[in-house]
Amino acid sequence: MAIWIEEDAKVLVQGITGRQGSFHAERMVEYGTNVVGGCTPGKGGQHVELGGHSLPIWDGMREAVAATDADATVIYVPPPFAGEAIMEAADAFDAIKGEGVIVCITEGIPTLDMVRAVAYVEARPGVRLIGPNCPGIITPGANGGAKLGIMPGQIHAKGRIGIVSKSGTLTYEAVAQTMSIGEGQSTCVGIGGDPVNGTGFIECLAAFQSDPQTEAIVMIGEIGGNAEEEAAAWAAKHVTKPIVGFVAGSTAPPGKRMGHAGAIISGGKGTAEEKFAAFRAAGIACAADPSEIGQVLLKALTSAGLRA
Amino acid sequence: MNIHEYQGKALFARYGVPVLEGVHCTTVEEALSAYDALSSPVVAVKSQIHAGGRGKGTLVHPQTRDVVMEGGVKIAKSREDVEAYASSILGNVLVTKQTGAEGKVVSNLYIESGCAIAHEYYLALLVDREEKSVLIMASTEGGMDIEEVAESTPELLHKVHVDPSTGLLGFQSRDLAAALGLSGVAAKGFRTTLSSLYTCFIENDCAMVEINPLVRTEDDSILALDAKVTFDENASFRHPSWEAVRDLSEEEEVEIRAKATGLSYVKLDGNIGCLVNGAGLAMATMDVIKLYGGEPANFLDVGGGANEEQVKTAFSIILEDPNVKGILVNIFGGIMRCDIIARGVIGATQSLGLEVPLVVRLAGTNVEEGKAILAASNLNIHPADSLAEGAERIVALIGGGES
Repeated sequence: MAIWIEEDAKVLVQGITGRQGSFHAERMVEYGTNVVGGCTPGKGGQHVELGGHSLPIWDGMREAVAATDADATVIYVPPPFAGEAIMEAADAFDAIKGEGVIVCITEGIPTLDMVRAVAYVEARPGVRLIGPNCPGIITPGANGGAKLGIMPGQIHAKGRIGIVSKSGTLTYEAVAQTMSIGEGQSTCVGIGGDPVNGTGFIECLAAFQSDPQTEAIVMIGEIGGNAEEEAAAWAAKHVTKPIVGFVAGSTAPPGKRMGHAGAIISGGKGTAEEKFAAFRAAGIACAADPSEIGQVLLKALTSAGLRA
Repeated sequence: MNIHEYQGKALFARYGVPVLEGVHCTTVEEALSAYDALSSPVVAVKSQIHAGGRGKGTLVHPQTRDVVMEGGVKIAKSREDVEAYASSILGNVLVTKQTGAEGKVVSNLYIESGCAIAHEYYLALLVDREEKSVLIMASTEGGMDIEEVAESTPELLHKVHVDPSTGLLGFQSRDLAAALGLSGVAAKGFRTTLSSLYTCFIENDCAMVEINPLVRTEDDSILALDAKVTFDENASFRHPSWEAVRDLSEEEEVEIRAKATGLSYVKLDGNIGCLVNGAGLAMATMDVIKLYGGEPANFLDVGGGANEEQVKTAFSIILEDPNVKGILVNIFGGIMRCDIIARGVIGATQSLGLEVPLVVRLAGTNVEEGKAILAASNLNIHPADSLAEGAERIVALIGGGES
């Protein structure tokens, strides 16, 4: 087991013929992801050669899902078209399978496009959106696994730690930290750094809590909004597995956007200090420094009796 | 991206959101002709800067920092008043609680007709991250600091979320008007105003529109007396007209330059420059520097696919800050390969003649190759294996936490 994406999940790539899309689709194939084809309007019927595989391309997502029975799609479509790509995928999964996972990597989608897209996805209960502006989701397998996104596959290994994060490279840091204490990952989810996104911390925590493969969770937040506070309060009531937390942005000045569109302290709200405090109040073991995540996690696993 | 009040009001007017007649001026002479043209016995002389709290701000001389005048928004009752206020405002620095101590030079003025105010309200539209929809907030407590209202009398702050699939519905406007105690002509005026404002918000990809105060006049008209408009930068590709209303003097020049080369840079007050890939890791790097007793000089995210040239630009931007006494490079190679970063670092160090200590921490894709390239370079580059080690190292190299 893992969460949402199994090792052998059938995956489509939207924007597979673009520069970003073809580059990352190839990395996904190399990692062992079961990429079953792609979607680029106007290029239906063609094939694209990636990592030694010849992958079919469809014009539309309904056709693509119907032909491949795909479980998930990864979107590498440029910002002006990404909101609609999400809705097209949601429509296709809902109409054809009643379920599906949409992973949107694209950074820079207009916020109001995301407001519309998220509402559209939420009206289709079997469909899950991860992102946008995120590294994606990866379920490492015994041999390769399912990599739906831009993360470096080779730093991961199959294991028992679930990771959820708003950030990209900071997630890789967390992955490396689990590896430093000899732990692999069940699934790693990047939920993205935009103000309006799909899947949030709480849904990830709930999924990790019910996933038998996951023994402990690493949760990485950053300044802005109050998703971390809400997740901490929820975890205190519903999560029995050990959680290790870190929040980036303790030194960020108020009112300044720190790279991510959502990473901003506004009106004195959304500070790292408040988020760390909420984590501690919920019994989450906090790392003051990402280089400590491994040791804090080991301690949490040990005191929970999960490791000797 | 923020725009000035006078630009916001011009936008409002295009959508039928009622505003008073006003004229944008950049000189005292223009202010006087504006007064003559407006034929209103009383006018408001308003400083135009991208920061709130203008009315309660202080104007100071740009060099001597002597106080020139209290208040950046003045009510003028004569031509002489307009001349006096405009002269005290233009070219001087307005310090408000939102500008920070350095304040902002005022180069733009707005001269606006007067009106007879019966009551001041608050009205704002913004994107609510938690509810993932547009939120309308309104209050009878206009003209006040709205965060204070939310804190002390939350029952006076009325909220309505708009379902993106339906847009603003009639009953939502009616309910809000009623909650504000409006009736008759005023209620009707409010509903029309709100509906126009919502259309304006959506069509212009606004991130926030705030009117404080929105007023009811003695003859029950509704008027937007202020206009604070923020656009969502992500949508700039479909709004070419934004370039014309962008006031570059309100933005940090170096941040604009960084952005043009695909870098995300924010200047801070410390002395340790940072060059990192990824926003979250860049923030974490700053935090860890602080944890080890140092102070970060900047936030800098080189992005996911930076090339040698971008790394060089990043270095030169960091080094423009005279406070920088040392640099920490922290790269977790994913898409970006460590060997490319290592070459970029060497190229930049050589061509820029780097004199401050440099600590480089590499991890991820091609890390061994990257480290080998740095080691073979014979340059004064200090390697580190972890973020903590890197931070500790750079803090020690610049002589501890003191700046």
